[in-house]
Amino acid sequence: MSGMSRIVKTVTNVAFPIVMIYGLYVIAHGHLTPGGGFQGGAVVASGLAMLLVAYGSVWTMGKVKEKQLSVLESLGAIGFIGLAFLGILMVFVYTSFQGNFFNNFLINQDKIPIFNEIGEGFANINTAGVIPLMNFAVGLKVIAGLFAIVLVMAYATRLKGVKQK
Amino acid sequence: MSTRNIVAVIFFVIVAVFLVFGALMMHPFGEPEVTDMDQYIIDNTQGETGADNSVTSVVFDYRGFDTLGEATVLFTAVAGVILIFRRLKK
Amino acid sequence: MIYNIPYIAVVALILIGLYAVIFKRNLIKIVIGITLIESGVNLFLITLAFREGSIAPIYRGSGSNPLNMSLPVPHALTLTSIVIGVAVLALMLSLIIHIYKHYNTLDVSKIGREKE
Repeated sequence: MSGMSRIVKTVTNVAFPIVMIYGLYVIAHGHLTPGGGFQGGAVVASGLAMLLVAYGSVWTMGKVKEKQLSVLESLGAIGFIGLAFLGILMVFVYTSFQGNFFNNFLINQDKIPIFNEIGEGFANINTAGVIPLMNFAVGLKVIAGLFAIVLVMAYATRLKGVKQK
Repeated sequence: MSTRNIVAVIFFVIVAVFLVFGALMMHPFGEPEVTDMDQYIIDNTQGETGADNSVTSVVFDYRGFDTLGEATVLFTAVAGVILIFRRLKK
Repeated sequence: MIYNIPYIAVVALILIGLYAVIFKRNLIKIVIGITLIESGVNLFLITLAFREGSIAPIYRGSGSNPLNMSLPVPHALTLTSIVIGVAVLALMLSLIIHIYKHYNTLDVSKIGREKE
């Protein structure tokens, strides 16, 4: 589909960074306020779909191919499963450690000094163990997946040269 | 009125009666059956996981296996959509 | 009986969606009916999590009473159900685009009757 007029393109240029920053805020503070990986990923994908509507699908497909989006989505999935398996593999590092699948191994210990506090009341962002890292992995997966769906469906219905059968 | 239309209307009426009868016999709105699991999760979220949000700690820590299944469903859907619109380069 | 209004709203959504799936002929209207049934089931799941006069299950600074919060487990199940609904809707719409390119019509009673 073709792009829209010059007024729509100018307003999209102004509104696009604001939507991206709001979506990344919702993903990063998933353990303190309502939100998390899936909700923030949907907000950022909506901002990218606004970009697709304003500039046309032919121009957007020239900038971003679907192969790069598929690599990003696979990176998010591998990160999520890797963090789940590290709960078991930590048994080989510390001898007095009991591990399950999906264990929260970064909390209540002081050998790895990141994300291991517990805050009562107004908590900081470096609490809650392995949950913020999982939020980032799932958020990346949802952003790449939803944008790839919308881009492929919009490019397949362009009007010039549609072949029947 | 062909036979297909009559069968469809009878099926719709049966499902409607079943659902309305079930909705009027539910327990009253606002008094759920509080189990021990929900009260344990609300009391021990800040101590065991360190997060302030109970829903996030249920999704990623106490019941992370369901989130793994949901991520697999999303991955399969994206793979299916890209597969349908593949262009074979000649 | 006036206290059961959310359950009656759930039943109304499911029945309207079921009517659109059975009695309509356009393919897009059938897909809209499936989405309405999905929304009705999500509303039912989140109705089961309410206590009388409660707030959201998130701890604030001081003055958060752990006896006054909603149950958090049905919230998590509703999140999963919404994401699965989005995935199924994307696949259905892609198949509709492919059918339209092949048959050039969207009427259910004119598709798939070829004798080859």
